[in-house]
Amino acid sequence: MKKIKTATSAIYMAIIFLFLYAPIFVLIVLSFNDSMSRTVWGGFTLQWYANLPFNDTIMDALFTTLRITICSSLLATVLGTSAAVGIHHMKKHHAAIMLGATNIPLLNADIVTGISLMLLFTRFTSLGEFSVVLAHITFSVPYVIFNVLPRLQSMSDSCFEAAMDLGASPAYAFYKVIWPELIPGVLSGFLMAVTMSLDDFTITYFTKGAGVNTLSTMLYTELRKGIQPELYALSTLLFLLAFVMLLIINFKSRNQEVKNEN
Amino acid sequence: MEFIQFDKVSKSYDGQLILDELDLNVKENSFVTLLGPSGCGKTTTLRLLGGFEKPDSGNIYLNGTDITLLPANLRPINTVFQKYALFPHMTIAENIAFGLKIQKKSQDYINDKIKYALKLVNLDGFENRDIDSLSGGQQQRIAIARAIVNEPKVLLLDEPLGALDLKLRQSMQYELMKLKQELGITFIYVTHDQEEALTMSDTIVVMNQGYIQQIGTPEDIYNEPENAFVADFIGESNIIEGIMIKDELVQFLGVQVPCVDKGFGNMKPVDVVIRPEDVELDQPGKGFMDGIITGCIFKGVHYELDVQCGNWEWMVHTTKYFEVGQQVSLNVIPFNIQIMNKPASEDEEVLKEDDK
Amino acid sequence: MISKLRTRTSFLAGPYALWVLICTVLPLLFILYYALTNDNGHFTLDNFTAIADPIHLKSLWLSFQVAIITTVICLIMAYPAALILHNLKISNKSFVVFLFILPMWMNFMLRILAWQNILSNNGILNNILKFLGLGTIHILYTKSAVILGMVYDFLPYMILPIYNSLSKINDDIVEAAADLGAKWHTILFRITLPLSKDGIISGVIMVFVPSLSSFVVSNLLGGGKVLLIGNVIEQEFTLARNWNLGSGLSIILMIFVLLSMSIMNNEDDAGKGGMPL
Repeated sequence: MKKIKTATSAIYMAIIFLFLYAPIFVLIVLSFNDSMSRTVWGGFTLQWYANLPFNDTIMDALFTTLRITICSSLLATVLGTSAAVGIHHMKKHHAAIMLGATNIPLLNADIVTGISLMLLFTRFTSLGEFSVVLAHITFSVPYVIFNVLPRLQSMSDSCFEAAMDLGASPAYAFYKVIWPELIPGVLSGFLMAVTMSLDDFTITYFTKGAGVNTLSTMLYTELRKGIQPELYALSTLLFLLAFVMLLIINFKSRNQEVKNEN
Repeated sequence: MEFIQFDKVSKSYDGQLILDELDLNVKENSFVTLLGPSGCGKTTTLRLLGGFEKPDSGNIYLNGTDITLLPANLRPINTVFQKYALFPHMTIAENIAFGLKIQKKSQDYINDKIKYALKLVNLDGFENRDIDSLSGGQQQRIAIARAIVNEPKVLLLDEPLGALDLKLRQSMQYELMKLKQELGITFIYVTHDQEEALTMSDTIVVMNQGYIQQIGTPEDIYNEPENAFVADFIGESNIIEGIMIKDELVQFLGVQVPCVDKGFGNMKPVDVVIRPEDVELDQPGKGFMDGIITGCIFKGVHYELDVQCGNWEWMVHTTKYFEVGQQVSLNVIPFNIQIMNKPASEDEEVLKEDDK
Repeated sequence: MISKLRTRTSFLAGPYALWVLICTVLPLLFILYYALTNDNGHFTLDNFTAIADPIHLKSLWLSFQVAIITTVICLIMAYPAALILHNLKISNKSFVVFLFILPMWMNFMLRILAWQNILSNNGILNNILKFLGLGTIHILYTKSAVILGMVYDFLPYMILPIYNSLSKINDDIVEAAADLGAKWHTILFRITLPLSKDGIISGVIMVFVPSLSSFVVSNLLGGGKVLLIGNVIEQEFTLARNWNLGSGLSIILMIFVLLSMSIMNNEDDAGKGGMPL
């Protein structure tokens, strides 16, 4: 009975993961496909990987994407972390208002967020890379706040007070006692911001100016011309990078656990 | 000049008055315990002294200096927190060294101090262990070590033994008393556990709802409670409404009994306190009142009996076993009858009711 | 002292508060302004009443259908998955979370395009079906393909909140229920399901809202034949260049989302009140 249950569970999870990873598998296969067609297998090749660095359209879009992602995630992390500390110390109803406002970009439809930001930017500044960064910060900060805030809430106030009690100034106490506890939350907030920024299409699409293209928007505009196979190579590389990072993080934290248990 | 002095200190949170013009003096080198039920203001008093809160009005003096506005990090006072508040990302040595590093002591001095403090709390050799690897009792000792290496003039302890089990709590009580003697500094201890307070302190401050109910030695507090709240909170008591007929004669439950108290006036309503261990049981008719045993529970050292006398149920502690249903009579020697004034205001009446 | 410090530290949220005002609240006022005016800047309600246009109404209705079906399928797929993951008792929770976020590192549009490959008439799926002798299906460029793409895209947003809420349930409660004689299905429907309600609600919101408003999936997998309200709004901005109408329809969409969410919350409250003790 129990065996049947375990087997059913395993099969079910296998189907779910097959569903989630099937397109990724297809794209990885396409990146080695020696044919311009998406549907015909023309043999194994590495030429798309070799050509990738010389494809200016893709490399431009890649660097634009990276610039936007790194700038917006870093700024969102700083803004969000300091906001989380501030909100944590606010009076209850002030904090509730701030959290309500923080929920707006998360709950609002992307298309509405994108359009409303576009209307604002066209009025006060021009559309371009800068406006995309502003837009990305706007939808990334909530992820940082909601990753940092729980860590603050789970920390007892008495650690901070204990540091003060032992002679630390408030700033020293924050740096030595609160900050080390916040780091995991800040990191996962940053990671979420990076992921959301990399994966965003809709908001970028509305807030970018002419001539600015991230990987997503470039793909969308060039759909009719057909996809350059170098893109498969690039996204396979990006995916592998993330995969390896995940393995390292997982391996490290498992080591940590083993160490703690001993 | 008093060592620590609270002068008319008031504090309220969200419009709720926690301390109302509190006056409190503490002598140097004493072991003072603030005792009371939760919400009585004892922790607030401690936090005001530690510098974590600022009073709404009134002043706090240490050694004659006004420290009311001095922030926590500038006070020569250290605290042992209720849930230890050890820094989870630091080793034990780093935790203990925290205050010393801020004082910019030399590394040699710090190392010596860590060794000394760990020895003092019986945890030699624990320097490089993680906080997570310690038991509750051990964490408690580290919290104490971390506080005392800074050589504070006053050590504040906020229910430090609350999270420990009974056996450990008792052995920690003796260790704290020993520590107090070795360090020769003032301890201010907050607890709601009356037994802890009676065991360790040389002065007990009984508090309730922001007011000091009584200050005295453990013996004073236990034997001569000044009001029904203290009597009820410290140990177990029979508290009975009575009338002081005249000096040395009190009437309660319909009988007149001699006592030793004077000066209450004639025909004054009072509260009569009789400790359960002070009631003696005898053959029916021999005492001042007859009753019937309605309950008998073995408590280890003694039996706890319920004795029904008319409408009143007495609590009695004896070392002898009695059958339920047995007829007995009650006797109390005059010295063990404690007479207290009725609460003067309705407020105090309310407090008394709340506690029951 | 500490309390004074608290008021001072709460100012750390100041820059963010300003940011929210400028980049979240102000843009919404802008969209409202555009929605309430015409080309010449005169006040009008035409942009709202335009929803009564049969084309708009049809696309809104279609979006609603697609969103509901997507949400229901996601919920049915996600709950058992979250339950299984929870029962695995993996010590490293973040690893599970990463497994569901990882696909996002492959560009979203490429992943949807890969579904074209899988679903097309000569695609991978049909080849497998043919090989198994099951005949072929032709769903690319239909509503079904759009729904499949959305389920694919939003499934992690359903699994993760449910998984989180499940891991917050105290194991003692489940054991207590078993101890009181509850069978597994009683435990599931009377204990686990009600206690993971918060996760279900946030999952439903996180799937329902984007699937109601998405326009990319329907473009790629619907092949222009499936016109959702998101597509209509996008076209007003990019092709027709009628920003006022686009803003008006956006506001309608927002109101529609808010209405759906408040109905959901009300249902939840009613459920709470009506729960037998």
